[in-house]
Formats: sequence, structure tokens, C-alpha cells
Amino acid sequence: MTLIKNMVGRKIVMSITGLALVSFVCIHLLGNISLFSGPDGINAYAKMLHSLGPFLWVVRLIMAAALGLHMVFGILLTLENRTSRAQKYAVNKHLSATVAGKNMIWTGLLIALYLGYHLLHFTGQMIMPEFSSSRNLDALGRPDVFSMVVHSFQHTVVSVVYVTAMAAVGLHLSHGLQSMVQTLGLNNERTLPVMVKVGAAAALVLFLGYAAIPAGIVSRLVGR
Amino acid sequence: MDLTLFVWRQRGQLDKGRLEQYAARNISPDMSFLEMLDTVNEGLIAEGREAIAFDHDCREGICGMCSQVINGIPHGPQEKTTVCQLHMRHFKDGDTIYIEPWRAKAFPVIRDLIVDRSSLDRIIQSGGYASVHTGGVPDANAVLVPKQDVDIAMDAAECIGCGACVAACPNGAAMLFTAAKVTHLAMLPQGRVEAARRVCVMTETMLREGFGSCSNHYECQAVCPKGIKVSFIAKLNREYLKSFMGNPGCSTGE
Repeated sequence: MTLIKNMVGRKIVMSITGLALVSFVCIHLLGNISLFSGPDGINAYAKMLHSLGPFLWVVRLIMAAALGLHMVFGILLTLENRTSRAQKYAVNKHLSATVAGKNMIWTGLLIALYLGYHLLHFTGQMIMPEFSSSRNLDALGRPDVFSMVVHSFQHTVVSVVYVTAMAAVGLHLSHGLQSMVQTLGLNNERTLPVMVKVGAAAALVLFLGYAAIPAGIVSRLVGR
Repeated sequence: MDLTLFVWRQRGQLDKGRLEQYAARNISPDMSFLEMLDTVNEGLIAEGREAIAFDHDCREGICGMCSQVINGIPHGPQEKTTVCQLHMRHFKDGDTIYIEPWRAKAFPVIRDLIVDRSSLDRIIQSGGYASVHTGGVPDANAVLVPKQDVDIAMDAAECIGCGACVAACPNGAAMLFTAAKVTHLAMLPQGRVEAARRVCVMTETMLREGFGSCSNHYECQAVCPKGIKVSFIAKLNREYLKSFMGNPGCSTGE
């Protein structure tokens, strides 16, 4: 239990859970991209996921645990850090801290909020149930995820909310990725500036990848 | 040159403190920042007012006493410079300068610009040393150390313990300070012996003293007057992981 009592230990918990979560973000994007190959792409992908059965639930539980720990320690560390620097400077210039780095707690909370909505929308299918993939099957009898996603994102508000949330994910990762490498001690003087750039670039790629989906649908490139 | 100063005045830990305005007149550009404050203080004393209290000692840039945040940057706008080595030629006639003490929960203000940095001493006391048996002087070159390791150890040993890293950190963390000491000793065979225990004890002391934890903003590196690198923080993290793997109880073991 010393790992969670020690401040470096807590940061290591943050970075390992963060690594699990960002792995999910990458795999999720790779899956979602199958939407661009039409109903046959993503519906087949969804069917394959469902066929995993208990394994899918193991992954879901691991993700839920990682998310829970990441959030609890993130909030805890933020509160602790605020008391460590309770009094503010009248004039304060930051030389290297970034907007993303300074707002990790806010982008994090925004992502958590969005995640709740996202799960209710596409996993629980309680929001916009008329497009629910479990109730509407495609011609081959698979859950029609393609139509559900396309119909949902044709509502501009849904797309805007989605892209905003993905921007929060991008900002969060642009600091988080390099921070994770540093906290796990995988840096030296040469790799550190490279990691800062690679982290920001990877975050941008992930953001663009996710944003491409509603962009493709709203611009009618995908779905008729 | 003439300057307008806004200086933090605080009678003690219990006083709330406030910024007060002073005029600094006929300042020579060749003066150091501390000499400028000396001049202002002489004027204040002549008027029967209380002088501004600030820390200083060597005035050669090596003692780390001059703890002042100048216009929002610890030790002022010049890179790798202490306040005593900051010269007034870097300012312009008519400038307004804000001078505040280091701000961190672990650094309570004693008076005006003077803060109590003994929390850093307690981090060192907890593990920032190598236990050496006394006795005869060992033979030269009896313990061989690779040149690269010595260089890293010496770079880390440059830390003067001024606390600018803590003052600059948005979290009031002392990671750069502690990482410098952990790296310095972990790179050398004499320090290696106690490395696992050291990193645990020192990081635990950081928390106890009220320092925050590192969120990798690297503000500390940007203000360090001695150019201590945040790669030492990665080294500390590695040392911590190593120590944790070897003994998950980690903890003090006392």
C-alpha cells in the first residue's frame, strides 16, 4: 500500500492507469474507423466484439478499474497540489507549463462527463433509442451500428458535443502522454524534448481520427 | 534610472501581508538587484521607515539565499541567474517591478521576502547522505567510477538548495531538489548502497513537509539558477520503481 501513500507512487498509479486508458482510446479509434468502409465494416466489427463474450467483460472491468483509479488519484493529487501552493503570486509568469498541462483536471472532468453520456448513448442506447443498434438489425441480422452512428451524428448538436469532447481528450493526452513517459522514468535528457513533441503529435492524430467520424457524416461523405 | 517597486510586506507568518509601493531613484545599471534593494532600504531607514527584509549571503551566486520572485519569475528574468547576480541593466528606466517571496505551503514567510526553507533541510536529513565509515583515507582510485557517471553526479550536485524550483512549481513540489540529491548519490558507488531506502524516505518526507507532487510542467528546470535538469526527476522515478520492486514495503524500514 506504500505505492498509494507515496507521492511518486501515486503518480505511477496515474501513469499506468493512464497507459491502460490511452491504449483503449487507440484500439477504440481503430475499431471506429471501420465505419468508413460502410455498414459491412463496423457492423461486422460490432458482431465480432459481441462474440467475445466474457472476454469483453474482462476488458470492460479492467477499463472501469483503471478509469476509477485514474479519476480518484487525479482528483486527490489536484486537491493536494492546490493546498501545497495555496497562496497565489500577484504576478506569475509560466515559462514552460502549457494550457493542456495546467487544465488536466478540467479536461479530465469534461471527458468523464462526456463518457457518461457516450455510454448511455451508444452502449446503453438509452439516448435516441429509436436508432438503437440492438433493436434495429441490418440485412444480415447483425446489430446495425452503422445506422445508429450515422443517424445520431446527423444531428449537428450531437456531432458538436462529440468533437468538443474529443478536443478535451486531445488536450488531455497532449500533456498526459509525455507526462506518463516521464513519470515512469523512461526519459533522459535527449528523449525528453522528443517525447514532449511525440506526445503532442500523437494526441493530435487521435483527435483528428475521432473528429473525422462526425465530420464525415455531417459532410455526407459517409452514409449515403 | 528610476523604478517603481511593488514589494511584498508581511510582518510574520500570521500576518496576511500586502504589496506596498516604493520608488527606487538614481539606480545605477551596474548595481545588482540586491544592491538596488540596499539603496531603497537606506532611503527607508533615513525616513525612519522599516527596511524591506530580504535574504542574502554570498552575493556571488552560489549560496542560494536570495529568494525573490521578480515579475512573476523566481530569481527574475535572466536564465540561470540568482538575484544577487541579476543586474539592473536588464531593466529599463521607468520599469515597474513586482517582488514577492517564494510561495509554497512548505515555505512559510518569516518576514517580507524571507521564507523558512528548513523543510528542504529536513528532506536532506531524512536520506540525502551516504553513510561512510570513518578511518584512514582510502587509496586514490580504489573505487573506480565511469567518467559519464561522475559527470551526471556532478551536474546533479550543482544544486544550491535555493528553492526556486518549489517557488516556480504550480504545485509547490520539491521534486527537482530531491531528484538532484537522489541522482547525485545514486550515480556514485558510495551512494548506491543506500539508494533504495533513500528514494523512499526522501519522497515520503516531501509529502510530510507539505510539498505537492510533480505534474511534469518543467517550470522548475526553466528557473533553476544552476541548470538542474528534469531528466533527474525521471531518474528519481526510476530509482523509486526499482526500490519498490525490490521491497514493496518500501517505506522507512525504521
